[in-house]
Amino acid sequence: MLNGVKCYARHSLSGLVIILASLSLVGCQTSVKPTLYQQVGGQAGLERLVDLFIQQIGRDKAILPYFAKANVSHFRQGFITHLCDTLDGPCDYRGDSMVQIHTGMQITEADFNRVVELLINAMNEAGISHTTQNQILARLAPLRGEVIKI
Amino acid sequence: MKRAESWRLLLTSCVLCVSTHSIAGSGKLLATPGVSQVEGSAGGGIVPWAQLAGYASEDQWSLGGFCSRASVDDYRLDVCGIQANLFDRVELSYAEQTFAVPALNTDIEQSVSGVKVRLYGDIVYSTWPQLSLGLQHKSLKDDAVAALLGAEDDSGTDIYLAASKLHLGALGGYNAFWNITARHTEANQLGLLGYGGQQGRERIYLEASTAIFLSQHLALGYEYREKPDNLGLGEQQWQDVFVAWFINKQVNLTAAWLELGSIAGQSGQSGWYVSVTGYF
Repeated sequence: MLNGVKCYARHSLSGLVIILASLSLVGCQTSVKPTLYQQVGGQAGLERLVDLFIQQIGRDKAILPYFAKANVSHFRQGFITHLCDTLDGPCDYRGDSMVQIHTGMQITEADFNRVVELLINAMNEAGISHTTQNQILARLAPLRGEVIKI
Repeated sequence: MKRAESWRLLLTSCVLCVSTHSIAGSGKLLATPGVSQVEGSAGGGIVPWAQLAGYASEDQWSLGGFCSRASVDDYRLDVCGIQANLFDRVELSYAEQTFAVPALNTDIEQSVSGVKVRLYGDIVYSTWPQLSLGLQHKSLKDDAVAALLGAEDDSGTDIYLAASKLHLGALGGYNAFWNITARHTEANQLGLLGYGGQQGRERIYLEASTAIFLSQHLALGYEYREKPDNLGLGEQQWQDVFVAWFINKQVNLTAAWLELGSIAGQSGQSGWYVSVTGYF
C-alpha cells in the first residue's frame, strides 16, 4: 500500500516535468496564433479594457491623485493607441514618450505595482484569459524603468 | 503542547490579518515573495529563494509568521517562525524546529536565526535574476542524538547565494518561475543530526526550484536540495512537488509531497508537507 503511494509520487515528479515540457512545446507549435491585439478583441476590446482600467483608477485612493491634473480623454486615447501598438495592433503610437509622461510624478515601486494590479482587475473584468493577461504584462513590464522614480 | 499553542497563535493571527486591513507594506505583486521554507527564510518548502519574505517594497516594511509540518514514514518535523522584511533589502527570520523520532521516543529541537540581503534585482522586472545572499545560524537545544551519531558540533552557520526569476507568460502564456541556490553547509539533515562528521567534506551544495503559475493564485512546482553525508549514514538529496495557494497578500497555504531519501539509516522517507504563512 505504502509502496504504491511512493511509486505514484515518483511518477508525479516525472509527470510534472512532462507537463512543463509539453507546455513549452505548445508555445512553439502555435506560431500562427492571433496577435495579442486580436486576443483582447481588437479596437473595441481595447477601448473597453481601457475604460474599465480608468474606472479602477477612479476608485483607488492611492493612484487617483497621480491623475489629479490629467486630461482623462487624452489619457484614454493615448493609452488605447499605445496598447494597440504594443500588442501588435494596426497602430503607431506617436504620443509623448513614457519618460516624458512620467517625469516629475515620482511613482514608487509600490504604486507602480498597484497600477499593475488595477490593470489586472480591469483585464479580469473584460474577461481576458489568464495566459493572454500574462503576455500583455510581459510586453508592458520592460517599460517600468521609463516610468518609476523619475 | 507548546507546539499546539504556536499553531493556535498563528491561526488566530491569520484570522486577524484576513479580517483587518494590513498595516504593513503590500507593494509587491501577489505571490512574488514565495512561501516559507523549513529554516524560516522566504522560499519554497525546502529551498531558500532570492525573494525576501512579505510584500514590502523598497519604502515599506512587513512582518510575517508561518508554521509547517512535514510528516514522513518514520519522522515528523514541526516548524514555526517569524519573518521581517525591511525595505525589500533585508530579511530577518527566526524559526524553531521540533523533529519527532517516535522510534526513540524523543524530540530533537533546534532554533534557526536567519538574515538575507537582496543584492540585486527584482524577480519580475530586472533583466537579470534577483540575487540575494543569506545566512542561517542553527543551534540544537540538545546534542545527545547528534553526538551519538558522530556529529562534531551542535551548531553551525549555512551561507547561501540565491538567484531567482519569474518569466511572465513564458510557458504557453503561463508565468514560469525558477530559483537556484548554492549553499555552504556542514549540517546533517538541516542540522537536526548535528554538524560535520567523520565523512565531512567542505563543499558547496546546490538547490533548485521551479514552478508554473496556473492562475494568479495557484502555483505548481518542484524542488531539489542536495545535502552532505558527513555522518556516513547515506544522507540523500531532498525533493518535493508542491502546490501553493496564494489566497491574498495576507495568507498563503502550501501542500507538498516529499521524497527525503534516507534519514538516520531509515531509507525511502516520503510523506506530506503542509505550511501556512501569514503577513501582517
